Amino acid sequence: MDIGQSIVNLYEFVAGQPVFCLLTFIIIFSAICVVTLKNIFHSALFLILALFGVAGIYILLEAEFLAAVQVLIYVGAISILLIFAIMLTANLASKRIVQSNEQVPVAIIVCVGFLLTSLGSFGYSVWRVRDAAMPENNTLTLGKLLMTDFVLPFEVVSVVLLAAMIGAIVLARREGA
Amino acid sequence: MLNMMLAYLSLAAILFAIGIFGVLTRRNAIGILMSLELMFNAVNINLVTFNRYITPDGLTGQIFAIFVVVVAAAEAVVGLAIVLLLYRNWRGIDIDHINIMKW
Repeated sequence: MDIGQSIVNLYEFVAGQPVFCLLTFIIIFSAICVVTLKNIFHSALFLILALFGVAGIYILLEAEFLAAVQVLIYVGAISILLIFAIMLTANLASKRIVQSNEQVPVAIIVCVGFLLTSLGSFGYSVWRVRDAAMPENNTLTLGKLLMTDFVLPFEVVSVVLLAAMIGAIVLARREGA
Repeated sequence: MLNMMLAYLSLAAILFAIGIFGVLTRRNAIGILMSLELMFNAVNINLVTFNRYITPDGLTGQIFAIFVVVVAAAEAVVGLAIVLLLYRNWRGIDIDHINIMKW
């Protein structure tokens, strides 16, 4: 396929899916900022932007409950936790600290290799795409599934959360306090 | 339909690759945790995409994505507690200097 034809194809795709392309641009731009910026505090702020973009992708994929969970847990809780940790470990945010190690060329080779492998494998798979409608009421169906078919994993995951909470308290506690 | 699904999968693959780059190159532990969150999100996009386009009449993929979110939250809590502990004992969280677990 010649380059002119692929540019035309790309243009038609962008014109057909403007919201998806905008969200993709936001996510990839802010993800690159997260891993490359010198100031770790700015990285955390760009991480929030990337997580918001992923919530938008969930809405495009008709997963409304998951989009709400994404905003509540990732944007609301995990980012705040990360920013707290950055603030508590002082002198991290200063610019003179080198934030990346000497493995940058190797890391570029590894991630480009991963990308080419996974994108190249698309053509070798048989995708059984079906054009059926999603269940009408997303949140209601998810709640019923969690309380019937997936009740055992649901209970196990609450034990995981309890263990994480106790572990964090034990780790962060001062000796003798 | 198929093109759209491959577009979502490509987005997830690119996001995962950026996360790998961050994990391999960041010097400080919080930066590694942030890159890890990016990779969790890439996996979740994959799960929800397969749910939408391969098995649209069930919601198993979204259930799995919810469990991934919960485990990611637990991981972040324990990871940040360890980071704070390291900072208290070493006055820094440069991963290159923290090698007491190496034999």
